[in-house]
Amino acid sequence: MNKRTANRLALSVLWLCAGTTVAVLGAVIIYVFVNGIGQLSPEFIFTWPHGVNAEGGIWPTIVSTLYVTGLAMLIVTPIGVLAAVFLAEYAVQGRLVRIIRFAADSLASVPSIIMGLFGLALFVETMHIGFSMISAALALSFLMLPIVMRTTEEAIRAVPKYIRWGSYGLGASKWQTVSRIVIPAAMPRILTGLILATGRAVGETAVVIFTMGQAINLPISPLDSGRPMTVHLYMLAMEGINLPAAYGTALLLMIMILFFNLTARWLLRRNRRMQG
Amino acid sequence: MMHVSADVREDTTRPRADKISVKDLDFYYGDFQALTGITVGIKERGVTAFIGPSGCGKSTFLRCFNRMNDLIPGTKVDGTILVDGEDIYAPGVDPVDLRRRVGMIFQQPNPFPMSIYDNVAFGPRLHGVTKKPELDEIVERSLERANLWKEVKEILPRGGLTLSGGQQQRLCIARVLAVEPDIMLMDEPCSAIDPTSVQKIEDLMDELKDRITIIIVTHNMQQAARVSDETAFFLQEKTGQPAEMVEFGRTAEIFTSPKDRRTEDYITGRFG
Ligand SMILES: Nc1ncnc2c1ncn2[C@@H]1O[C@H](COP(=O)(O)OP(=O)(O)OP(=O)(O)O)[C@@H](O)[C@H]1O
Ligand SMILES: [Mg+2]
Repeated sequence: MNKRTANRLALSVLWLCAGTTVAVLGAVIIYVFVNGIGQLSPEFIFTWPHGVNAEGGIWPTIVSTLYVTGLAMLIVTPIGVLAAVFLAEYAVQGRLVRIIRFAADSLASVPSIIMGLFGLALFVETMHIGFSMISAALALSFLMLPIVMRTTEEAIRAVPKYIRWGSYGLGASKWQTVSRIVIPAAMPRILTGLILATGRAVGETAVVIFTMGQAINLPISPLDSGRPMTVHLYMLAMEGINLPAAYGTALLLMIMILFFNLTARWLLRRNRRMQG
Repeated sequence: MMHVSADVREDTTRPRADKISVKDLDFYYGDFQALTGITVGIKERGVTAFIGPSGCGKSTFLRCFNRMNDLIPGTKVDGTILVDGEDIYAPGVDPVDLRRRVGMIFQQPNPFPMSIYDNVAFGPRLHGVTKKPELDEIVERSLERANLWKEVKEILPRGGLTLSGGQQQRLCIARVLAVEPDIMLMDEPCSAIDPTSVQKIEDLMDELKDRITIIIVTHNMQQAARVSDETAFFLQEKTGQPAEMVEFGRTAEIFTSPKDRRTEDYITGRFG
């Protein structure tokens, strides 16, 4: 085999491997799209399921998903962001910080079903909160915390040193510098992390199945139980109740997550453009 | 703080007192001693240039005057630095207050990622100015003094980072001027910008220096000769050894008849 053929061969193998990623993504999207698009209608989105085969819409599950995600965001944003600010700016860089960072990384790799089990034991049972939005949101926030913390920490560290010096040089205190310069400068990337974590929460199944319950219900208070879209999808599909509705739910779920990811990308891009 | 009335400013023959007096200064980064035995008086209302080869501690020394080195863990200062007769390393001194009076310009223009207006208003806002008319006036005056007003008066809400490098540097100067410092430290302010902006910055230094004491670090001998009244030459004889100040004097003398052989070698380009 001469050099040119070897080169071509290597190139085509690389192309094939890279192409596989795109092909898999494309296949999943097309499959769900083809099967689900027939279901999508205002009626499907905005009405309740009814009958033994869960005909009709999936409105309460959409609300449950958005409710629990929003609640989890409210919990995780201040804790994650402030923890990251502490780690990046204030903590003496040493063993303690390394331990905290290692804990965050480990937390990120805990299987979500275990996090669900833990949420069930702690919030639903020990604390007697019961199956509820708040139990699920708390358990979900454990899952999101490491994502938010690490992306925020990286965002803060990425703010150039000399921008901080500019602020200190004008007689700003540490907190003034952190709150008025560093965090705003890091904000687009912090938001990106938050949005990615949101996408993760929307698509999460194992945690919520253990903590939110399964009853179809339109949650009003945080103590209400409900059934999120993922769990609805799981039950419709596994028990063969209503496969078309399952695909419709799946498609809607994917659209939501895609929306979050695209927003995150858009934010990053816009930010890069603005900073020249 | 120094308040110079107009009639005093015109009196250029009046002997200039020392604005900053440094005595027996040693500086350490952890175990590494970067500077040794520096004693010098920096005169008010003028430009002092620090020159010397790379790594000889010019930036380190400069950062001692606004205690910016405090931000680097493990640094230590021995000896005294008096600003207006007051020891800035005395126990009760808050470096945050000191830095209002001793502004700093860095080699890399570093506007904050916010509008031109907000960049300049940042300092005054920090220190409690909140009224819009007052801020407007400070912003305009500072940009005017930084030779930038004409170029940006129509685009104040635009991001500071959208300006050219030279404009950004002048924006940073305006930002420092907005807090009315009486000393301005400039660490190679012109090494990353275009010649037109260099010219504008040298012009504005000339205008500012009868109210503000300016210290500039530069690798450009012509610039040092053009802009400064006094010059200090630093040298680190061997790597690992602390650097010292070899010679200090009137710029004209340093550049025409240096007393020390090493100064002459450096200025005529024999090393560094
Ligand atoms: N943060 C730091 N930690 C440890 N050593 C440092 C630090 N900053 C500077 N030094 C050392 O101190 C010495 C003086 O450095 P400094 O940056 O003050 O030199 P300089 O004269 O400004 O050089 P240049 O002309 O290249 O800017 C050098 O040997 C440098 O390696
Ligand atoms: Mg330097």
